[in-house]
Amino acid sequence: MNKATSMNLKINGNIKSFDDSSITVEGLVTKLNLLGKRIAIEKNGMIISKSEFQNITLQDGDQLEIVGAVGGG
Amino acid sequence: MTQKKDQLIIAGRAYQSRLLVGTGKYKDFEQTRLAIDASGAEIVTVAIRRTNIGQNEGEPSLLDFVPPDRFTYLPNTAGCYSADDAVRTLRLARELLDGHTLVKLEVLGDPKTLYPNVIETLKAAQVLIKEGFDVMVYTSDDPIVAKELEHIGCCAIMPLASLIGSGMGILNPWNLQIIIEQVKVPVLVDAGVGTASDAAIAMELGCEGVLMNTAIANANDPIMMAGAMKKAIEAGREAYLAGRMAKKLYSASPSSPSQGLIS
Repeated sequence: MNKATSMNLKINGNIKSFDDSSITVEGLVTKLNLLGKRIAIEKNGMIISKSEFQNITLQDGDQLEIVGAVGGG
Repeated sequence: MTQKKDQLIIAGRAYQSRLLVGTGKYKDFEQTRLAIDASGAEIVTVAIRRTNIGQNEGEPSLLDFVPPDRFTYLPNTAGCYSADDAVRTLRLARELLDGHTLVKLEVLGDPKTLYPNVIETLKAAQVLIKEGFDVMVYTSDDPIVAKELEHIGCCAIMPLASLIGSGMGILNPWNLQIIIEQVKVPVLVDAGVGTASDAAIAMELGCEGVLMNTAIANANDPIMMAGAMKKAIEAGREAYLAGRMAKKLYSASPSSPSQGLIS
């Protein structure tokens, strides 16, 4: 069996492909230019706290929601 | 004699302003900020939405113009049609805002009227309060539902004056008054205010505050309207505290002396 050299993540409803075979949440946040932004992330329906960003590794097929605060009433 | 400060107390925290404002529908963030400043509001609502992936790094955000360390953010659940979605949204909001627990719960029942679904609202409120949230809850002007939401543990009850964004004003002052009389936590009118007099009437009825967005953002001059709303809220509150005169129906009472008229 070939070792996976890329993976797909579903981020905010869209499939995105990554060359890496694994990436941490922090790595992903950096790749998406969201480092330091006020965001919250849910992975497969569970919230990942900011302190866990560097410890949690994402896998092919993971579904992520990345949200922020916007204007609203 | 020291005069006791008239403050709005929500979930144990005191606020000087009784006007709460939304941050949606403005032309740009600059106008949002100027309007909020003119309104004097300390509590501002925000929505929780998917972040734009691939956005420019330098793109401004609401948080740059309305810094969360200067205002009390009130994340809402606008657009949620089920208790589950509302709870999920507010859990994300708490994570987003570093453990912040004060939230505005609204669960909608119909996309045309945006009328609240009180059954789902009650379910969501129960879960959120168990999880330690301080829940300010948007609801219909049904006094029984309002009491039930208070009983569950909501920290503020926020009945609509009329439909969200409609600007139709206070359609049922009688129900609002029943709610104000029966509920012990703060009652704030949320939604439906169109102009300054609507806000003043809400306060004269005895509301502890008013939450609005469209009435300011959709005015021709939002910044001037924000100032008008600030004054209306203050005037209405003072009139309520002062205690209005009793209405005399169908008979006048002259304000000038009846004696000493020239003949």
